[in-house]
Amino acid sequence: MVGLAAPWRRNGLITLASLAIIVSACGGGASPTPAAPSAAPPASEAPAASEAPPASAAPAGDTTLGSNESDAVPKAAVAAMVDYCQTQTGVNVKVNTTDHNTFQNQISSYLQAKPDDVAKWFAGNRVRFFAAQGLLSPIDDVWAEIEKYMTPGLKVASTAADGKTYFVPVYQYPWVVLYRKSLFTEKGYTIPKTMDEFKALGDKMKADGLVPLAFGDQDGWPAMGTFDILNMRMNGYTFHMGLMNGTEKWSDPRVKAVFEKWAELLPYFQEGAPGRTWQDAAKLALVDKKAGMYFLGTFANEQAGENAPDVGFFPFPLMGTQYDSENAIDAPIDGFMLTGNPANPEAAKALLKCFGTPEAQLAYVLSPGLTSVAVSPLADTSKYTDVQKAQAEILKGAGFIAQFLDRDARADFAGPSGMQGFLLSFLNDPKQDLDKFLGEIQAYYDTLPPQE
Amino acid sequence: MANDRTARSASATPPAAAGGVAATLPAPKKKHYSLLTRRDTITLWLMAGIPTLVVIVFILVPTVSSIVLSFTSWNGVGAIKFVGAQNYIDLVQTYKPFFPALAHNVIWLLFFLFIATPLGMFLAVLLDKNIRGTRIYQSAIYMPVVLSLAVVGFIWFLIYAPEQGLLNNVLGRTEQGNQISWLGNPSLNLWAVLIAASWRQVGYVMVLYLAGLKGVDPSLREAAAIDGANERQTFRHVVFPVMAPINMVILVITVIESLRAFDLAFIVNKGLNGLELLSTLVTNNIIGEASRIGFGSAIAVVLLVISVGPIIFYLFRTLREEIQ
Repeated sequence: MVGLAAPWRRNGLITLASLAIIVSACGGGASPTPAAPSAAPPASEAPAASEAPPASAAPAGDTTLGSNESDAVPKAAVAAMVDYCQTQTGVNVKVNTTDHNTFQNQISSYLQAKPDDVAKWFAGNRVRFFAAQGLLSPIDDVWAEIEKYMTPGLKVASTAADGKTYFVPVYQYPWVVLYRKSLFTEKGYTIPKTMDEFKALGDKMKADGLVPLAFGDQDGWPAMGTFDILNMRMNGYTFHMGLMNGTEKWSDPRVKAVFEKWAELLPYFQEGAPGRTWQDAAKLALVDKKAGMYFLGTFANEQAGENAPDVGFFPFPLMGTQYDSENAIDAPIDGFMLTGNPANPEAAKALLKCFGTPEAQLAYVLSPGLTSVAVSPLADTSKYTDVQKAQAEILKGAGFIAQFLDRDARADFAGPSGMQGFLLSFLNDPKQDLDKFLGEIQAYYDTLPPQE
Repeated sequence: MANDRTARSASATPPAAAGGVAATLPAPKKKHYSLLTRRDTITLWLMAGIPTLVVIVFILVPTVSSIVLSFTSWNGVGAIKFVGAQNYIDLVQTYKPFFPALAHNVIWLLFFLFIATPLGMFLAVLLDKNIRGTRIYQSAIYMPVVLSLAVVGFIWFLIYAPEQGLLNNVLGRTEQGNQISWLGNPSLNLWAVLIAASWRQVGYVMVLYLAGLKGVDPSLREAAAIDGANERQTFRHVVFPVMAPINMVILVITVIESLRAFDLAFIVNKGLNGLELLSTLVTNNIIGEASRIGFGSAIAVVLLVISVGPIIFYLFRTLREEIQ
């Protein structure tokens, strides 16, 4: 009985979603009547609508936005961007903020129930999954207008298996090696560009009584970044993405080479990573200066506190392979999606179009305390902080941009039951039989149900 | 009168024997007398019906749906597909954390049963002696029970952290190379978490047991003292047997707390890397997007089967006592 109910529900959602598209398609044209079919508070809106000439085309109305940014700094950034777009579009937005982890854990049921019109989410496989489940509305018409602000890579990250776009990217942050500028000056260290230079610097730091590379993986995900970068440096972006979407196998000898290299580099990493949070590792490198470097997303800078201006970063060193010229990095993209059956699709799409503009993205990233950068290459970087300028520089230099293991690969594989546990087991025993280890990863991948 | 008697005898004798009589009398059923009034019947139905309904809606239906779901593959959104026993086969054959989780649940139970609970009982006996400042000790030992487990987790993070942690600083093991990774070393972290969990369990058991001890008739102790029993003998042969109902409650609580062990392991690292428990595996497979609800349900069913043992034992004992 349950088995019958779910497909029906799914079809129902798809029907509703396509209905919404039709409705919005009609409304999106030059139709003079405000097409918003529901939830229009009549008394106050009606006179305004009749007064305003249809040519001004501002699809005024109410819409809702579900946000997972419950911390003060990003919450203010969401508010700043929403404020900007409210004045630009005339749309009235109600922001519903949910605790970050709760939002993430309940996203499936949230989207299946009565979600807000627009919801904050992540690019890549994370948005593709829900698009494939029919829980989102395609926004090709929004992309037709915002494409001029975006790069082809951003469009790929926003496009699902059916070739339609479902996501408006807003900001991103690259994974980089963070360090304290003052420490490097004091000890006369130079930024390593190649793996050999990196090792030489690591040896020097060890001699100076420092941990070369701080490392904490208690939460299970930070080690994924290290795997991503080593794999992309050694085997290239195309192979990495193939591995992420399942067309390449984890038992491949090329993957084994990555783990062998990692095991060889581990003496430069801080030991005991499985029992240290990333925050503690960040403090060790960025506050206490007990570690020389730290490889993480630039958000680690938030742990530096008052030392933040002294924190610099550089891309992970090249490894002398044919893929050096690619210079691929992880730079996860956050943005917004249109839910399956929005109450006011027209207003929601107007809002999303605005989110796609460089100005709105700037309103977000220029909000005080934020370290991420706007995704649009047209965004004016002159008002960026030094940290943001350096990030924009690194992103410009990157030939390919991946998201992150847990955003590029399917969630049930990347989660705690899958890769998080496997990577921790590798860190605990890097000398284990890697063929057996990788065979187990592939066996786990193969037991996962086929993705629709 | 005659009718009356017939009806009664008909209801008292097996239908086959009464068949002849019933046939001759056309409507004996209408004259069915009950000891209950209509109101009594309604009350009884309500009293039995509401709890039954609650049990069905909140316990039986979810349990049965878990069992049904454990034979399916479902990501929480799309179609539910029946896959037979595949989830159970994967669980045993390819899912690495499963057997460690089973073992950890057993270790948890044994640790609580033989260390934390006896320690709590011991503290209760000590504090029952009305030593000076007993109230302060009681509150101090009971305090962890009042704290939420998130706070308990945070307190122990501060103790176990590798560089800034209290323990490593006291032991002088904060340097690279000689550090002890209390929460990161998979052969150490279960014990570290068990100590944190026991910190709480001890207080819980202590308060329950102390309440029981206060209820023991003092004349029993006096009698034992007059008979020349020493402290240990009094406890072993007089107080402990008198406390049988409390002992039972504490045993049940210990088993329940061990089977539902979850919070601390999940707070540390979502129950990974040596902290696998059946409950964390269920959660890890079910929450978030693209969840494996069928597979998670299969693990939940295993946990259910294990829980049924103590439940039957407990019910059996309680019902037997009631019959007596």
